[in-house]
Amino acid sequence: MNEDIPNTFVTKGLTKVYGEGPAAVHALRGVDLEIPRGEIVVLLGPSGSGKSTLLNIIGGLDRASDGVALFEDQDLTAMSDRALTRYRRDHVGFVFQFYNLMPSLTARENVELVTEIADDPMDVDEALRLVGLGERMDHFPAQMSGGEQQRVAIARAVAKNPTVLFCDEPTGALDSKTGRAVLHVLNDVNAKLGATVMIVTHAAATAAMAHRVIHFADGAIRRVETNETRLSPDEIAW
Amino acid sequence: MSPLDRKLWRDLWRIKGQAGAIALVVAVGVALLVMMSGMLTSLTETRDTYYERYRLADIFAPVTRAPLNMLERLAVIPGVASVEGRIQGGALLDIKGQALPVRAQALSLPPHREPHLNGLYLSDGQKLTPGRTEEVILLSSFAKAHDLQLGDYLSATMHGARRSFRIVGFATAPEFLFTTAPGEFVPDDARFAVLWMNEDALAAAYDVKGAFNEALISLERGARPEPVLAAIDAALDRYGGLGAYERGDHMSDRFISEEINGLQATSLAVPPIFMGVAAFLLYIVITRLVQAEREQIGLIKAFGYTDWEVSLHYFKMVLVIAVAGAVMGCLLGIWAGRAMAGIYQSVYHFPFLVFRVDPQSFVSGVGVSILSASAGGMLVLRRVFALTPAVAMRPPAPMDFSRTGALNERLKGWLDQPSRMVLRRVFRNPGRILGAVLGIAVGMGLSSAQLSVMLGFDDTLDLTFGVIDRSDVAVSFFEPMPAKAAFDLAHLPGVIEVEPTRAVGAVLRNGLNSYRGSVTGLVEDARLNRAVNKNMGNIDMPENGIVLARALADILKIAPGDTLQVEVLEGKRPVLEVKVASIAETLLGSPAFMRMDTLNREMGEWGRVSGAYLRVDSGQLPVLYEAVKETPSVAGVSRREDSRAAMQKLMDTGAGAMRFVMAAIAGIITFGIVYNSARIAFGEQSRDLASLRVIGFTRGEASFVLLGELAIVVLLAIPLGIGIGYYLSFLIAAGFSTDLYQIPTVFRPQAFGTAAIAVVLASLISGWLVKRDIDKVNLVATLKTRE
Ligand SMILES: Nc1ncnc2c1ncn2[C@@H]1O[C@H](COP(=O)(O)OP(=O)(O)OP(=O)(O)O)[C@@H](O)[C@H]1O
Ligand SMILES: [Mg+2]
Repeated sequence: MNEDIPNTFVTKGLTKVYGEGPAAVHALRGVDLEIPRGEIVVLLGPSGSGKSTLLNIIGGLDRASDGVALFEDQDLTAMSDRALTRYRRDHVGFVFQFYNLMPSLTARENVELVTEIADDPMDVDEALRLVGLGERMDHFPAQMSGGEQQRVAIARAVAKNPTVLFCDEPTGALDSKTGRAVLHVLNDVNAKLGATVMIVTHAAATAAMAHRVIHFADGAIRRVETNETRLSPDEIAW
Repeated sequence: MSPLDRKLWRDLWRIKGQAGAIALVVAVGVALLVMMSGMLTSLTETRDTYYERYRLADIFAPVTRAPLNMLERLAVIPGVASVEGRIQGGALLDIKGQALPVRAQALSLPPHREPHLNGLYLSDGQKLTPGRTEEVILLSSFAKAHDLQLGDYLSATMHGARRSFRIVGFATAPEFLFTTAPGEFVPDDARFAVLWMNEDALAAAYDVKGAFNEALISLERGARPEPVLAAIDAALDRYGGLGAYERGDHMSDRFISEEINGLQATSLAVPPIFMGVAAFLLYIVITRLVQAEREQIGLIKAFGYTDWEVSLHYFKMVLVIAVAGAVMGCLLGIWAGRAMAGIYQSVYHFPFLVFRVDPQSFVSGVGVSILSASAGGMLVLRRVFALTPAVAMRPPAPMDFSRTGALNERLKGWLDQPSRMVLRRVFRNPGRILGAVLGIAVGMGLSSAQLSVMLGFDDTLDLTFGVIDRSDVAVSFFEPMPAKAAFDLAHLPGVIEVEPTRAVGAVLRNGLNSYRGSVTGLVEDARLNRAVNKNMGNIDMPENGIVLARALADILKIAPGDTLQVEVLEGKRPVLEVKVASIAETLLGSPAFMRMDTLNREMGEWGRVSGAYLRVDSGQLPVLYEAVKETPSVAGVSRREDSRAAMQKLMDTGAGAMRFVMAAIAGIITFGIVYNSARIAFGEQSRDLASLRVIGFTRGEASFVLLGELAIVVLLAIPLGIGIGYYLSFLIAAGFSTDLYQIPTVFRPQAFGTAAIAVVLASLISGWLVKRDIDKVNLVATLKTRE
């Protein structure tokens, strides 16, 4: 591993338990992880293995039961709610597994929701053009297809120029053409802005565009691969 | 505009029906607050200004006949600021085209100057010319009632002599804000007149040259009235002083003060109910909204919005609704207040009554609505804080109905699925159902109690004119007469039965509690005017002892068996010690009864009467009236029919509007609650409903699942509302009864029926509105949305 590049995230013994007693669900069972800055990381694993849970914790949405999670030397697990909010506001972009647009806001307004509170946001129109939605900016989510909604969600996530971008199954609902377009956007954000991008996916082929692939199972990391050569999104088999 | 604010307006637009219903409840509460407190300010300020500008006396001191130099003696009493002496006397007016003579009070005005105290406001015509004995200024409301014009002539009997007067002016005066004929409690412009005349003319008519028979006194600022009253009584005693009394004991002032007190009590009690309901509604509506938008809240938080920013977003929604309602309420309040000022102006004779709202009322109206709305909102905002951004990542958990477990077993078998769904919802949200039931019940209770009290006035009429006073005509004499005077009345045409009576002014005292009223002497076996007990049976007047009206006994805090001190204000002014024999039921006034012969004996006078009750042949009434006018000793004649009609008229004028307002109050609260509950149930269940429709349920069956819950709420609320109304009517009766009139507490099915109908109608309308939405449900769209 290249020791010169600092890590964006480091976790040690990260554990997450939902519930108590016999009904307790161990979603994470001690995750040790290092993610260098500026990489595209793909997280693979069966359903229920804890991928979303891990993303939630290092994305500052949820708290770990045990262990440490560092973001550039800051311990996320020790942060107050206020500091976590600050962290999300300043550094994190999310694309959720379900598109999660605000139904009462148009595409443009959904993006503005984020740019408004960001320090150095992109132009809203530009963000939407980036995902190929320049024409549909004034439509409400209900007037858009699932794939279009997903792309608004991505525009919204990248528009703030995030340090880290979390994507929970960003292409799950998309056909191969739009799916590739979305991956292009993520690739660009990584290449041009230097953002660290973490993608959770069930499409194993996506792993080919990553710097690093993490195989997840049963709440723990099974295997980490690094790609010597990465494919461009166009070359990925769908 | 920021995207969150845009979301706010779109959300508000989406729930416009609900927001409107809540704003309406807020508006009615604020409108009542603004109207009542505005009315309160207007009445109080107008009264005070009027009193001050026209120098209304602080103390009235009637006396039989005191020389003018006594005024200087009174002026030097410590605490006295100024003194005016005047002559006043009773008169009977003969109005053209009217058989019954009208009672009047004649008052003197000093020549060449304004009176120091008790000035009058000349609304038309001119002042009296000094020396002109035939000129009078007439109370303008009386002139209006009889369509009298300036320059018209009036014929009046004063002290037995008939004279003719020319009207030169119309006036109102602060001592006649509220005018009733002596012994009556309802204003009737047509049946009581006030005449102002030159002093010398009146002195001649009543034979009090160089003297006065009423002293008016104003006090220095901060002076205590009690020592002044005592000093005046002492000074006037040898001239037949009839007991000085404060302005607060003056009839006109008492009526307006009671009105102001009542208004104050209502303005404190009623608006909070609306605010409470509004807070509850905002609570359930915003709770529902937060619940429905929990993922959106989590999402916004995930983007880095702080808890405060997100909470503020929802709080703004509460604020918009509250402020919109409050503004609407302020406007509505001003409008209603103006209308109400018109009604007041027709009862109380102010020269001017401008409805003016103290800006503070607006501030408190808006403030109170924002506060109560926030109270409802705050509880919800806790939930906004508690939501973690992680929920945005998860699909929502289905609503948990396991809490209704015990019920499930029992429900099986004897209920169909839709009914089970209804019942489970009820048991799943007991708090919300309870709140809704309570809100509707309180609204309904409030209006049914008010209506019940209003309808109770019929009882007042029946008791007063059917049971207590069964005479046709009451005659009063100028001064106590030998009993023969009463029996002479029996020879007048048409008179069937005569029952003499003796009334004397007195201060009744029990320790520290005292009351300025009168004692009525009744004949043994009284038939025409009597004291009755709880069961409407005749109370046998005891040989020795006094019977008090319940209201009077309450004021004096005295019970049968106790001894009452009676300071008689007439004749030799004896102070009597009398045992309270029993309590009489009355609803108008606070009389005290004794046997007439006992009263006379105690007074040291024998066989004296001050008036009589007559039963007459109605066909002969006009002839009787003519004859009465010719009888010099008669001060006044009143027909029971007229008194009753005047009361009935007063009740009927206000009654229609009142009934409507009260029904509207119950209706609006019910509408606000039922409509919002229905919308919420609809929002929570629209997917279930769509699923039911997909399975093959009809629209009606699907609606039943939703509206069934509301039917249960309304069915529970109505009996509870009746209960609350029943107890509330006791509270209102106790709170608003005074010595002038008592409010009977009787269960009036009509009142409760009206309120219940308003509740049912309002729920039907809201149910229908929501059913329209159910019918419009787009199955595909509903099933597609995640929620
Ligand atoms: N709020 C919760 N309460 C209880 N258990 C939970 C909760 N959230 C997640 N879990 C459990 O934690 C485990 C990991 O969930 P997670 O959502 O991280 O899985 P995932 O890998 O993202 O799966 P998928 O690919 O299906 O999205 C699962 O077994 C899930 O049931
Ligand atoms: Mg997941």
